[in-house]
Amino acid sequence: MLKKPLINAALLATATAAFASPVHAADLTISCGAVGAELELCEEGVEAWEEETGHEVDIVSTPNSSTERLSLYQQILSANSGDIDVMQIDVVWPGLLANHLLDLNEVLGDDAAEGHFEAIVENNTVDGKLVAMPWFTDAGVLYYRKDLLEEYGHEPPETWEELTEIATEIQTAEREAGNDGMWGFVFQGRAYEGLTTNALEWVSSYGGGTLVDEDGKVTINNDRAAAALDLAASWIDDITPEGALNYTEEEARGIFQSGDAVFMRNWPYAWSLAQSEDSDVRDKVGVVKLPHGPDGESAATLGGWNLAISKYSEAPSLAAELVAFLTGEAEQKRRAIEGSYNPTLERLYEDDEVLAAVPFFGTLYDTFANAVARPSAVTGESYGRVSNAFFDTTHSVLSGDTSAADALAQLESQLRRLERRWK
Amino acid sequence: MTTTTTTPSAPERARPYRGTKVRRQRVRAAWTFLAPMLVTLALVAGWPLLRTFYFSLTDGTLSALGDASFIGLENYLVYDNGTWYGLLTDPLWWRAVWNTVFFAAVSVSLEVVFGVIVALILNAEFRGRMLVRAAVLIPWAIPTIVSAKMWAWMLNDQFGIINHLLMALGLIDSPIAWTASATYSMWAVIMVDVWKTIPFVALLALAALQMLPKDCYEAAEVDGIHPVRVFFKVTLPLITPALMVAVIFRLLDALRVFDVIYVLTSNASSTMTMSIYARQQLVEFQDVGYGSAASTLLFLIIALATVAYLYLGRKQLQLGGD
Repeated sequence: MLKKPLINAALLATATAAFASPVHAADLTISCGAVGAELELCEEGVEAWEEETGHEVDIVSTPNSSTERLSLYQQILSANSGDIDVMQIDVVWPGLLANHLLDLNEVLGDDAAEGHFEAIVENNTVDGKLVAMPWFTDAGVLYYRKDLLEEYGHEPPETWEELTEIATEIQTAEREAGNDGMWGFVFQGRAYEGLTTNALEWVSSYGGGTLVDEDGKVTINNDRAAAALDLAASWIDDITPEGALNYTEEEARGIFQSGDAVFMRNWPYAWSLAQSEDSDVRDKVGVVKLPHGPDGESAATLGGWNLAISKYSEAPSLAAELVAFLTGEAEQKRRAIEGSYNPTLERLYEDDEVLAAVPFFGTLYDTFANAVARPSAVTGESYGRVSNAFFDTTHSVLSGDTSAADALAQLESQLRRLERRWK
Repeated sequence: MTTTTTTPSAPERARPYRGTKVRRQRVRAAWTFLAPMLVTLALVAGWPLLRTFYFSLTDGTLSALGDASFIGLENYLVYDNGTWYGLLTDPLWWRAVWNTVFFAAVSVSLEVVFGVIVALILNAEFRGRMLVRAAVLIPWAIPTIVSAKMWAWMLNDQFGIINHLLMALGLIDSPIAWTASATYSMWAVIMVDVWKTIPFVALLALAALQMLPKDCYEAAEVDGIHPVRVFFKVTLPLITPALMVAVIFRLLDALRVFDVIYVLTSNASSTMTMSIYARQQLVEFQDVGYGSAASTLLFLIIALATVAYLYLGRKQLQLGGD
């Protein structure tokens, strides 16, 4: 009871102090995501660096939707503004933003990215320039409720059909038992980049390709892709709430972590939060690789974030020091243990402390090492459009506006129009 | 009513006024006073508009605006390899146009109806009237982003209070995904917009109501006319000019609606409006040429709607006057 006034008093005091102290500009500005515990971890990492070096850093938090975050960066960068020195950029952006970013090999040395996953370093290298340092990698994984699957006598599903069956069974039984809010499966269904990653996993695990192949040919209009999307559309309102059509990562986690879903597709970061003390599903969660279709293999879309330095930064070498610190081994290890963010340094996957905190980093190592990349490299500057067309199409199939076959035929002609931009 | 009104300009009009020295002086003075405003308008409205139109004829991108080259009307319509391309052939653009028109028509109509009702209530004498008048303004005073975000939480399908209330009342048996479902999202957006802008219409209508001459009502009362009839025959025609102003403001606002929809449903095509479409092209896809083409069409459509509305409105007034 006494706590609240105290907190208020404390807030007031800090606020007054903040106003009273002379305003002095920070040496650097970094933008961090705020999905899950991201911002907190970023703040802690930056604080550690500040203590070590005595410099001062401002942290800017950015929108949770990666699509909106990209727009923000593009606005800042195309105005040639150095307002943000260090930017957290998505694995699909290096090609889009390369012109505005510093070559990190120049400021950090040629061996700057040594020990990091080769594929990510390659992804971040544009025209021979290393434009971003790998910070954490990501791949879609399937979270499931260990306790519920055990209770109903199921193993984690291997195929999407199994997932659908198990989810339906458990959802029906749980609802009959009075658990009205129970759903079978939640994922990211909002019309944004996240839906592209989800849908790519369905299509790819059905053997339906990756939208645009390595040679830049549009491959999406095929029966397997249509079958995958049809199955996904059948989930809506059945085992997946219709509201999932407007969910990003955090909304899906909200449902799962309150114990209202049997399965969830999400990134590894959700693990440490699902296992946190205030989680309703603590110690009831398992993580496996995503299911696959009848003729495909499990596929996880490659995600992950990197740290890049704006070309317009006024303190590039200082910024580089911060980037080196944040992407270094000690910091990546701390982030892995505390926030289950996948390290990009290969040797950390053999680290006992990391594996003890996040066991699936060991069991799913192959998933992380062989994740499916979105066609961002081959489509270059048009990737935003391609992804947009894909998630819009998927969204309308999920909403039941069109059948998958029709929608994919339309998507194909839409992508064909764009094709001349990258070919 | 008809015989007593005299217009003050009638005697002036009778004089041979045009072309006199005084007249010329007055015209000059008028232009002098108007000039600063006209220059400002040309700078802040004319110049950007012309520039947008110019960009719509180029292939400029946001990251390299300087390299834009002139491509004629290709952003609007171009024939290439046996197929038509361009904005005018984009089904998504036409969907956005339809969404915008639908949104504008429905939300403005509802706002006017409810706005007038609220104004009539506020016009009545009761205790605490001032307090209620101030309270009604709150939705209008909250920044749209804030109120849209607030509604997004209230409309949330799993933990939103709207679903909770409807379920508790037994009106629905499972939560509705207000902002996600293609069927409901447009109505959800309209509802939020109506909630937000009723105060604006109500305020203008209230101002008109307070100017109304009392004698008409006294006459109606003496004749024992039913209040509903009085409203439609006396009140409504008298506040129509004020309502027309309110409608034109709201219509212009509604045709370029962006914030409330973007916050509630992002880029979803079932609620995408012309502004959201243009923003997506300009900012997300960095395509200044194509995005400017969309903005130019958006401007033309709004201009057309305004002209049509004013023309019809004037006709209506003249007919009513006769």
